[in-house]
Amino acid sequence: MKKSVFLGTLSAAALLGGIASATTLEDVKARGELLCGSNAGLAGFSAPDANGVYQGFDVAMCRAIAAAVLGDPMKVKVIPLSSETRFTALSAGEVDLLSRTTTWTYSRDTDLKLDFVGTSYYDGQGFMVKKSLGVSSAKELDGATVCIQTGTTTELNLADFFKSNGMTYEPVPLKDNAEAEQQYSAGSCDVYTTDASGLAATRATFADASEHVILPEIISKEPLALTVRHGDNEWADIVKWTFNALLTAEEFGITSANVAEQAAAPGTNPEINRLLGTEGELGAMLGLDKDWAVRAIAAGGNYGEIFEANIGASTPIGLSRGLNALWTQGGLQYAPPFR
Amino acid sequence: MSDASYVREAMLPAQKPPASETGVVHWVRANLLSTWGNIVLTLLAVYVVYLILATIGPWLLRSVWTAGSLQECREIIEATWGEGKRGACFAVIAERWQQIIFGFYPRELYWRPILTLVLMLVALLPILFYETRRFSWWVGVLFAAALFGSVWGHASPVVTVLVGIAAVCLGVWLCVRGPQYLMWFSLIFPAAAFWLLWGGTVWLPVTILLGFVLGYGAYRLVSALNGLAGVIAAVVIPILWWVLLCRAAADVLQGIVPIALVELGSDQFGGFLLSTVIGVSGITFSLPLGILLALGRQSDLLIVKSFCVAFIEGFRGVPLITLLFVASLLLNYFLPPGTTFDVILRVIIMVTIFAAAYLAEVIRGGLAALPRGQYEAADSLGLDYWKAQRLIIMPQALKISIPGIVGTFIGLFKDTTLVSFISLSDPMQIVSSIRANQEWNGIYWELFLFVGLLFFLFCFSMSRYSMYLERKLKTDHR
Repeated sequence: MKKSVFLGTLSAAALLGGIASATTLEDVKARGELLCGSNAGLAGFSAPDANGVYQGFDVAMCRAIAAAVLGDPMKVKVIPLSSETRFTALSAGEVDLLSRTTTWTYSRDTDLKLDFVGTSYYDGQGFMVKKSLGVSSAKELDGATVCIQTGTTTELNLADFFKSNGMTYEPVPLKDNAEAEQQYSAGSCDVYTTDASGLAATRATFADASEHVILPEIISKEPLALTVRHGDNEWADIVKWTFNALLTAEEFGITSANVAEQAAAPGTNPEINRLLGTEGELGAMLGLDKDWAVRAIAAGGNYGEIFEANIGASTPIGLSRGLNALWTQGGLQYAPPFR
Repeated sequence: MSDASYVREAMLPAQKPPASETGVVHWVRANLLSTWGNIVLTLLAVYVVYLILATIGPWLLRSVWTAGSLQECREIIEATWGEGKRGACFAVIAERWQQIIFGFYPRELYWRPILTLVLMLVALLPILFYETRRFSWWVGVLFAAALFGSVWGHASPVVTVLVGIAAVCLGVWLCVRGPQYLMWFSLIFPAAAFWLLWGGTVWLPVTILLGFVLGYGAYRLVSALNGLAGVIAAVVIPILWWVLLCRAAADVLQGIVPIALVELGSDQFGGFLLSTVIGVSGITFSLPLGILLALGRQSDLLIVKSFCVAFIEGFRGVPLITLLFVASLLLNYFLPPGTTFDVILRVIIMVTIFAAAYLAEVIRGGLAALPRGQYEAADSLGLDYWKAQRLIIMPQALKISIPGIVGTFIGLFKDTTLVSFISLSDPMQIVSSIRANQEWNGIYWELFLFVGLLFFLFCFSMSRYSMYLERKLKTDHR
């Protein structure tokens, strides 16, 4: 056995020799695969299908980035991470980016040395209760037992909300959404609180969905953002601008269906031309080729298409665009100009 | 004298005992209804059993095995059994059982874990049932099944049949010639399993095995000159081989004779495949390490003893989950960036160390139970330390510790589910991600039942085997 332990250590040592490169982009290209930290299972955002291929809104973001960098949206290895392990995994270099419903906060940005590069989904924390409880506002929840996921911002928001309203509660801490759903439906807690998107997804799965109400109060801002390590600005730029490309594509009506056609020849709109590489050298400034944005858009469509396909009104989760509509339609999604 | 008519001359035939003293009636009266207290308890117990059956029975009865989603299941149940009725939706298992068993292993490569499993049984048989020859035929059958199954669908039927026949002949030949040949197979099995499961070039496991051969050769050569130097050479030379030359040699050999399987990453392992890989490797490697640690703890050599005590107390005093976090997260900070030290390998090492620390104490209990006379008898026979351990002490100490050892193994196997905390897809994690799909969100008991049943099968068979072993090794007449 001693030999086996040695063997393990040694094969590690043997593997050390090879790679020790400088930037994330070079690493990704050398590896030929994007390591994308995401959820092991959150309906609509990231979950493996029957063939074991991860699907969802967050995963689609990674696929777009892989398409831009590596030319193939399927060259993504989704690394499922729990709330507790996600930041360590990113810092330790186990993943290239987090696309895992991670809220952009001050302390995470500064203290944890992360860079949040684009808000893929604007969310807010809400409450779900059983109708039979007879509660119509979160202000009436004094003394309630609350199911909550540990290691998340919702845990802190909840404490703040109850404290500022002079109420008490009894937390039931849980590991993940699946466990929380189960405990809530089994009656271990009166209230389930998480991001409103998650509540909608959860409610949709109940056999008696009409017996549960989502209370009107949204008690926090939860900008769920794409996250990279601090200190590699080139890589942060690639992630940021790939996301912006998806937004801009929606703004100008470029879809997965017509992107190839529009990229074939320069059109009349110079910004579309610059985005799709038919004019100027925007790709080279990122360290990519000129078709990078075309591939990113072709992978899963523009932002609106990705939203509709995974979590939009036509899916069982049925989220409306709300804050996540483009700025031109009264939402917050706004991409700086491609110039 | 003949008027002593009260003396019976013939024996009366034996009468049946009264009905109240035999059979079901007696048993019920004696065990269930003997006192008022018992009567009350019996009634209560019957009521509880009825409650459980009345809940689960109809639920199981109304189960659905083919449906595309939980919603569909509910509709089918309501259509068949009436409005508002609930039933089990086993359709999720019908659709996703492969994921629970194999994780994300590519479907067209399922033959590799299956073949590995069957070969593992072949490798285990001569060890588990080392005294009986009954396993002989099983080996032949398993060999045949393994090769037959793995070639099936990958070659023409003629080839499959020929390989199957060859496999039966090989298996039967091995058994007839003696199990010692099979023992050799058991020894190389870990390398074979590694190659089959992870793929890549065949020469890497071969060159790693070669390290052991080199070590043995160095020991034989050098120990002729000096015993201690022999031991040192046996440790140092294989290590040098593994660190410096092993991979290069594998590459060269691969260049000359390319034999390789499709290479798979550890993220594709999941479900019971992952649990079994971690559990079986942990069990295999922790037993010898645990024995060495137990012996080391009893040693008179100060350094050996303190090392073993520190090792055992250190690793036993830390929760397994902490060790797993170290394996998955902290090691990456210590290793140079860009290192890809396989995460499953890291977990296996941690689990092995953890289980070995427990086993060492279990075995120490066995050692402590042996009378002092056994040690002295070994000494008076003139046996040296290792011979005394091998021939007299260990067989008895291990026999005493069997229940404890198997208990540790079962615990270890179940603890493999903890790897979900470091984002490996153990069966429970797979269950969670199945539930994260919109089709199956909200389904719990069916999946938990399936996973629980499989775990029970594994653990129960381990437990039954340990009881068999205890019966077989029972030499006292208590």
